[in-house]
Amino acid sequence: MAAKGLNTVLNTKLRRELWQMRGQVLAIALVIAGGVGVCVMSLVNYSSLLATRAQYYDQHQFADVFAPVKRAPRHALKELGSLPAIARYEGRVEGAAKLEMPGFADPVSARLVSIPPEGQPEVNRLFISQGRLPGAGRSQEVAVIGSFAEAHELVLGDQFEAIINGRRQELTITGIVESPEFIYVIPPGGMLPDYRRYGVLWMNREALESAMDMRGAFNSLVVTLRPGHSVASVVDALDRLLARYGATGAFGRDDQFSHRFLSDELNQLKTMATVFPLIFMSVAMFLLNVVIGRLISTQRDIVAVLKAFGYSNRQIAWHYSKLVIVIAVIGLLAGLALGLWLGRSLGELYMDYYRFPGLLFRIDPLWLLLLGILTIEVAWLGAWRAIRQAASLPPAEAMRPEGPARYRVTVMEKLLSGIRFSQPSRMIVRQLSRRPVRTLLSMSGVAMATAIVMVGNFQFDSVSLMVHTQFARVQQQDLAATFIDPVNSTALYGLQRQAGIRYVEGRRSVPARLVAGHREWRSAVTGIPSDARLQFVIDSDLKPVTLPREGLLLTDYLADELGVGPGDVLQLELLEGDRRTVMVPVAGITSEFLGVGAYMDLDALNRALGDGPLINQAMINLDPDKASEVYNSLRETPGVLGLSIRQAMLDSFYDTLARTFLTFTFFNSLMGGIIAFGVVYNTIRISLAEKGRELASLRVLGYTHNEVAHILLGEVALLLLLGIPLGWLIGQGLALMIVTAMQTELYRVPLTITTQTLGMSALVVVVSAIASGVIAWWRLKALDLVAVLKTRE
Amino acid sequence: MEPGTEAGAGSAVFQTRGLTKTYDQGEVQVHALRGVDLDLYGGELVVMLGASGSGKSTLLNILGGLDVPSSGEVRYRDIDLSAAGDRELTRYRREHVGFVFQFYNLIPSLTARENVAAVTEIASHPMSPEEALELVGLKSRIDHFPAQLSGGEQQRVAIARAIAKRPEVLLCDEPTGALDSATGVLVLEALEKANRETGTTTVIITHNASIGGMGDRVITLSDGNISGERRNERRQDPRTLSW
Repeated sequence: MAAKGLNTVLNTKLRRELWQMRGQVLAIALVIAGGVGVCVMSLVNYSSLLATRAQYYDQHQFADVFAPVKRAPRHALKELGSLPAIARYEGRVEGAAKLEMPGFADPVSARLVSIPPEGQPEVNRLFISQGRLPGAGRSQEVAVIGSFAEAHELVLGDQFEAIINGRRQELTITGIVESPEFIYVIPPGGMLPDYRRYGVLWMNREALESAMDMRGAFNSLVVTLRPGHSVASVVDALDRLLARYGATGAFGRDDQFSHRFLSDELNQLKTMATVFPLIFMSVAMFLLNVVIGRLISTQRDIVAVLKAFGYSNRQIAWHYSKLVIVIAVIGLLAGLALGLWLGRSLGELYMDYYRFPGLLFRIDPLWLLLLGILTIEVAWLGAWRAIRQAASLPPAEAMRPEGPARYRVTVMEKLLSGIRFSQPSRMIVRQLSRRPVRTLLSMSGVAMATAIVMVGNFQFDSVSLMVHTQFARVQQQDLAATFIDPVNSTALYGLQRQAGIRYVEGRRSVPARLVAGHREWRSAVTGIPSDARLQFVIDSDLKPVTLPREGLLLTDYLADELGVGPGDVLQLELLEGDRRTVMVPVAGITSEFLGVGAYMDLDALNRALGDGPLINQAMINLDPDKASEVYNSLRETPGVLGLSIRQAMLDSFYDTLARTFLTFTFFNSLMGGIIAFGVVYNTIRISLAEKGRELASLRVLGYTHNEVAHILLGEVALLLLLGIPLGWLIGQGLALMIVTAMQTELYRVPLTITTQTLGMSALVVVVSAIASGVIAWWRLKALDLVAVLKTRE
Repeated sequence: MEPGTEAGAGSAVFQTRGLTKTYDQGEVQVHALRGVDLDLYGGELVVMLGASGSGKSTLLNILGGLDVPSSGEVRYRDIDLSAAGDRELTRYRREHVGFVFQFYNLIPSLTARENVAAVTEIASHPMSPEEALELVGLKSRIDHFPAQLSGGEQQRVAIARAIAKRPEVLLCDEPTGALDSATGVLVLEALEKANRETGTTTVIITHNASIGGMGDRVITLSDGNISGERRNERRQDPRTLSW
């Protein structure tokens, strides 16, 4: 009973002390909350997206294997029934269309996918968000993908014209749908999504068959597997089965574009769930160490009295541990709330982006529990040194005040003996050098804050450089026209004569499988004419590389994946025409930020295919005044599959990027700001507590308020001066780490850090430091001069 | 004539009239000073005696510009300290007053020399820190940090710091309060010497009546009022004091 009563008293002490130190408690809790928040947010996003995708795939029978063919008769599908591995299959007709959207002059293209007469396909079923699927026998009806409908504000019943296989047709929208196959949509030949200029349309099979001259045939097979069967064996079986129909090589889900992109994105979230919280928690640990250490050193006599009363070391340790745990729990709870909230709002953003039918909001409670335990553990570890010190203090020694602080003339001062330090400056230098570990940690805290802001901002510069490089150095055409089938390069002369076209050159892109030993990669080989003026292959210094007469140039990412270098010989399986396999030497490695590619001299590629001078893309430079005429005439040109406008691509990219970037910058600056505030505020408060007496003495001796504030804030200024450049270094390292982690097939973000990014990160840190400086300045003003003089140190 | 306002050797440096100070301590009002009239003259060494709670520290703080009276008037030459704001009081302390405290209040991160320099740097015509330290007999310990000095030595550094800027008044609050008798005497010697050689008006407040002998005047405070005043015929050498 008595013990319980005493225990309550200690808890009262705890409560009052927490209240007294509320500023510092809050600052530390905020830092913890930041770490927990980012972690929870990323975990929530990761698990929600994973679960959402899994459910979506499952409910909509997303294909496991995709097999494109040139043209296979529908009766060939019957043979599939005999393959035990295949659960469901769907033979479809795919095609392309050029669209004329009312009130939108730019060329718009679309991918067409057939659906069976009975409506929903067996595989890759559609999610109908509005309306219904096109009815059987209704050749003019079409369902459009949500992103496209939204970009053009299309509603049910809207009509637009499409040119399919050279024939103009009026289409009516009956439904707005989503598909697991097109969660992420990128136009062919494009690098980035462009919802206004590229969409996906679903049409009745009969209608599309007749439009594409594919009656009784299919050109795309999608299958799902029974559990326990391997993708590789089915890929092989399908390749064998469909070889005679002009199969271009079946591939599994992992090679499916939309799926692959989403997986990359999810992996990036995982990185974020670890790196950022790590920074936050290490800063929080340090803050706890310093703050609790300071508190305990001022409470030596209290510890002594408690021990004299018979409290055990364990009880003392537990008492101070509770203090730490309370702070950690405040941070934890705030972080959980913040993380769940951020996770939810970011989830909505992802929803817009990926167009899932619905978001499953998922988080494994076990993860949260683990995170909670870890947070408390880490916080306690941070303060452990100080707590142990209190617990192991012999009572008699604790009764005596702590020995006087030892100061010495620092090495730095000796080195700088030429400079005449004012006494206040001397105080700053000695204070910092007396506790080198704490100084170092404070500095690191400032550095971490700087680094976090940097990490948020550098990506914009890097992505800009990436895109700029791609469009200013690699692809310099205004317009690219893709042909349905390869055409003789003499077709270019016809284009060249058209009004508004200033210059045109061709290229040929052929789907191919590159094999080196047991490694292989599905990609395309691009043949570029040797005298190309609009398209370049660049090296790591962003300088154009001359194409070798023979052999392949590989993107460095691809060369790494295949484990080959210049001089090695690759097996190149061309997935077009009579599907030849040739052995080609690797002539060089190129450096590209976007996409993964293999390049060859156009003539060499055509020779390898056994073809004449064929091309399937025309790169065009335009007279800007006549752009829309050129668009219109190319749209009407049979054989032209689609057009992509460089500027439009860039604009839509920057538009998306700028929005994402703003959110991201704000978020990171906030995080960096919180850390900086936490570190600086605590540094100042502790410094004020430790030096209050000295500062008051100086005030009494006639120093003005500002002169005294100089001592306190000068210390912070010095920390910033040392910490920010260190932060720039750390930020550079983190950025490199992130850039490396973010390397995907789609893009490799180059590392570039501008002075603007450096400035911005410094600014955020300085501003939060000033905010805490202002608080300290006011506190200093309230310093009770007389009281300070009356007490012994 | 009121006690404490007796005409002395020089002109009045300080003049207080009807000085009161009350503190609100929660529910109770503490009357620290209840109408003090006092004149202090140039160059004199005044010992102010009083028990704890007699108001002597409050009076010293007001004279030193650390505190302002609740009512009444306090003038330092032609400066009205009772009407001065924080800025004026800071300037007043900076230009005219030297302080010595019971607990020395040295800056632990600065050496003896630097502690003195902290004041001379902001003074208009100070003596050098070396000179000031020599005056208190600490030339040999000039580069020591406070933690490396004894209590008495620290207090003498504090005196050197107080006199280095050649203040017109030197205010000492229980300068020997934390010291034993022998060390205390050394400190008092230093104060006496500083007063004698620099002509600084010096006020020493103490609860220790035996120190009274070294002053030109001894003023006794009790319960917020001046309760007695005596003028010594001859200042007693601090070395002959003991307690």
